[in-house]
Amino acid sequence: MKFITDSFDVVVIGAGHAGVEAALAAARLGGKTLLATLSMDNVALMPCNPSIGGPAKGHLVREIDALGGQMGISADTACIQMRLLNTGKGYAVHALRGQEDKFYYHTIMKEIVEKQENLELKQLMIDKIIVENDQVVGVEAETGEIFEAKTVILATGTYLRGRIVYGQVNYQSGPNGLRSAEKLSASLLEHGVELMRFKTGTPARIDARTLDYSKMERQDGDDTVQNFSFISDIKTRLQVPCYLTYTNEDTHKIIRDNLHLSGMFNGMVEGVGPRYCPSIESKIVRFAGKDRHQLFIEPEGLHTNEMYVQGMSSSLPAHVQLQFMRTIPGLENCKMMRAGYAIDYDCLDPLQLKPSLEHKLISGLFSAGQSNGTSGYEEAAAQGLMAGINAMNKILNREAFTLRRDEAYIGVLIDDLVTKGTHEPYRMMTSRAEYRLLLRQDNADLRLTEKGRALGLVDDNRYRLFTEKRTAVERSIEVLRKMNISPSNENNALLTALGTTPLRAGANMLDLLRRKELTYSKLKEAFGLETLPEAVEEQVEIFAKYEGYIAKQRQEVERALKLENKRLPEDFDYQAIKELSSEAAEKLDKVRPTSIGQASRISGVSPADISVLMIALEVRKRKEQ
Amino acid sequence: MVEDTISAVATALGEGSVGIIRISGERALEIGEKLFRAASRKKLADYPANTLVYGHVYDLDGSVVDEVLAVFMKAPRSYTAENVVELQCHGGIQALKKILQLTYTVGARPAEPGEFTKRAFLNGRIDLTQAEAVMDIIQSRSEQGLKLAVRQQQGQLAKELRALRKNLVDVIVNLEAVIDYPEEDIEDVTYGKVNDRLDEVSSEIARLLSHAHTGKILREGLRTVIVGRPNVGKSSLLNALLREERAIVSEYAGTTRDVIEEQLLIDGVPLVLADTAGIHATEDFVEKIGVERSLKLMQDAELVICVIDGSQGLKSEDEEILQAAESKACVIIVNKSDLTQIADITSLEERFGKERVLTLSAKTLTGVEEFTAWLKNYVYGQEGALGEGIYVQNVRHENLLREALRSLEDARFASQGMLPYDCIVIDVRNAIDVLGEITGDTVQDEIINEIFSRFCIGK
Repeated sequence: MKFITDSFDVVVIGAGHAGVEAALAAARLGGKTLLATLSMDNVALMPCNPSIGGPAKGHLVREIDALGGQMGISADTACIQMRLLNTGKGYAVHALRGQEDKFYYHTIMKEIVEKQENLELKQLMIDKIIVENDQVVGVEAETGEIFEAKTVILATGTYLRGRIVYGQVNYQSGPNGLRSAEKLSASLLEHGVELMRFKTGTPARIDARTLDYSKMERQDGDDTVQNFSFISDIKTRLQVPCYLTYTNEDTHKIIRDNLHLSGMFNGMVEGVGPRYCPSIESKIVRFAGKDRHQLFIEPEGLHTNEMYVQGMSSSLPAHVQLQFMRTIPGLENCKMMRAGYAIDYDCLDPLQLKPSLEHKLISGLFSAGQSNGTSGYEEAAAQGLMAGINAMNKILNREAFTLRRDEAYIGVLIDDLVTKGTHEPYRMMTSRAEYRLLLRQDNADLRLTEKGRALGLVDDNRYRLFTEKRTAVERSIEVLRKMNISPSNENNALLTALGTTPLRAGANMLDLLRRKELTYSKLKEAFGLETLPEAVEEQVEIFAKYEGYIAKQRQEVERALKLENKRLPEDFDYQAIKELSSEAAEKLDKVRPTSIGQASRISGVSPADISVLMIALEVRKRKEQ
Repeated sequence: MVEDTISAVATALGEGSVGIIRISGERALEIGEKLFRAASRKKLADYPANTLVYGHVYDLDGSVVDEVLAVFMKAPRSYTAENVVELQCHGGIQALKKILQLTYTVGARPAEPGEFTKRAFLNGRIDLTQAEAVMDIIQSRSEQGLKLAVRQQQGQLAKELRALRKNLVDVIVNLEAVIDYPEEDIEDVTYGKVNDRLDEVSSEIARLLSHAHTGKILREGLRTVIVGRPNVGKSSLLNALLREERAIVSEYAGTTRDVIEEQLLIDGVPLVLADTAGIHATEDFVEKIGVERSLKLMQDAELVICVIDGSQGLKSEDEEILQAAESKACVIIVNKSDLTQIADITSLEERFGKERVLTLSAKTLTGVEEFTAWLKNYVYGQEGALGEGIYVQNVRHENLLREALRSLEDARFASQGMLPYDCIVIDVRNAIDVLGEITGDTVQDEIINEIFSRFCIGK
């Protein structure tokens, strides 16, 4: 018995990190939105590591925040330890990482979603998408209810035909024992969506009371309190410690002796796993020469004894997991609360998507997050936000919102996915960004807030804070530039006291700030400069110290943009261009790049193919005229 | 269309008496004005478009490079439909190369094979039916570049460059792994190690560039002049060289002003000899070249062969020429060894170095073979025979290598100053990209794959 329950602008399938951002963005942009989740008790669940951020991922969180997304604010609130990583390696790679209270994070997100105007949260198993004339028109739940929709966003995570494996245990399931979505895959396939099978895994959780902390190295959070969100105003924070310990030869021997029992090695797991997130058994096989692997013991929250064993992901039988963990210093008497497992699942080949994350063949069907072959909460949230924005842009007949590789990590992420595709769960890394110096986490607001404002996702408060900061930065730089310091004895005495070489000719304060050994606060002390808000001081300092390098990167961007601005029509017949290599024609046909620049990043498309393409493009243009 | 400004020699090298350098793109006029000064002292832009203007091209230090006719063609009324400046040069292949190099220095980029034509097409200057011809040109040019010998050479060069790239990728992989996995148990990179690697690669590129000289000689010939006062035996030396079985003379109608050039291949060494019209015309033309003319010719030469008469003492005229030769790459030939020797060879040897003073008889041919061996060694070095060394023959490659070297200099500066990793990486990446432009490899995925294969990282 089927019946139409309701009609929506946007239906989001899945309420994980992608789904939540997608639904919030769509609702905030005025769309009547349905967020369908398999369990009301698991909205924004963190089924793996209890942390958010880190290199490149922390950058993504800041970008989501600057565009008016939710992740940064919630992560600041639920944070129980915050650290700034990579501080010695340059501003571009500074990375904020927060340990999160998982349960609190879920609670906050659920509350925000429930309170959001235009947004309905429902517990539903979606079995089918309904497509008419290559246009998605709704979804059908297992209850038989039909929800009409102008657009549908898939944010199905690892739930599509999800299967959990450890040792001989193997059952259909989503993460954490949640239901898997068994029927939706077939419906997607029926409508021509191509699926891949990926694998990921999670380590065991152990009881905090059973650990010997004296044998492990304690890791505390930073003394200075920092936040992901540019509008968070949290000034004091609980800093719960994590602990560092190592595997040893005994651990490795137990794992080697039991390899045949691992789902990863006995053929039970079919999916392709990520290289950057290998199971402990993979690590020991692939890096046989390494005599120890490090592990971090991280709390899952304030109101639980569960501790996450980072570095220990495994699909060995539960008793073997316990046996090898007990060889590790500090874990000798540990009790396992949950066993680690591998999970494989269906996901979309992202090459089917446009840069807007809309499916190329099914109008109105968007996809975001792990269902696009990525991994990580942050990668998912970033795509969710973009899919939510673009679903509404579609409904409002607006042009798709995309970010370029020189504008945001989000741009790099999505461009990589839809241009190169992925053969393993895709993780964001700073080394994937060619203009890293421009895409810093400290300037995400300066890069993106205006865009978020134009979209309608940045409220007055955020916008005011942003414009104040921007004005203060610009003004301070001008003030410093105009502040001339003469090589007088008095000034040189001050400089010598700061441990820097005295001046021989006059210089302005900005030039002095360029010196490696000088900071704004040192100069402020010595020369009585004005006190600036921390974030402003940071921007001014980066501007002074990195100006040359930033200019270099801008030049590279200028060069690359010339190719980005040469647009390729959607209906271009690549197979008809006989000068293209057959591999290039095939790849171009599949990816359907939007610009010559994007085409040049497709593997298998050579510079010669690009020349041919440019000529063919011109021929076409002239024909049309 | 927004594009870089490109330049190249638009006439085939070695053909015709005038060489044209074409500069095309938005900045063509600006670049032209930087190098060219009209005799009238007016700016090129002050003349109506398409006017031939007489003047000179000046080096950055203000010295005259060549006397030229310049013309500015305003977009779209030019071959490429962009702003174009053409410089018609008369100073022969060396001046042409020099001016081309100057256009790069002041902001043009070397044009790819067929790029003028490609732009002409893209800008709608050539019609549809010519599109295929454009592709043919681009393809045939690159086929021309695939001649067997060249290909072997390029193969060797690419192999060498790939090794260098790999070295640099190693540097980056280590830096990137530490950056992207700050908490992993991987050894941190030390600035010292980075420096060592960068030094290694830099000096290797510098070595390749020093060989670029040999590559250039192979491509264009060694610009050589035989000087000496009258009747020391200049033309008989030349004839003696030509009598060598392996000498090949080609008619090279490189007439520039009043200087006549001849291209010879002597035992595998290509020479471009100035003012040797005497070979086929009147034999004593070369012989009649006097001191004044010798001094003038020496200015442009890459190798000066000074001939003196060993049967006579050094005259003041000899002395004048020897003095000028001292500041140049030169070899002293003491001729007429078949006669009683009076000249003070020992003091010449002390002055120019023993290996640069050779005694021979152009008449009996005694010692001529030793001289050709000397020439061969001078051009190819100890590596000897042609083809064994790796020579950078292509100007574009040479330019890219210089760019890579500059980036590495910047990276070394950053690493020596212990600047943060993210700064060092920028310049190293650029060097890798630039080397990749020669070999046709790209970098991004390579680095990430290496990180995963090398380090055990992840949760």
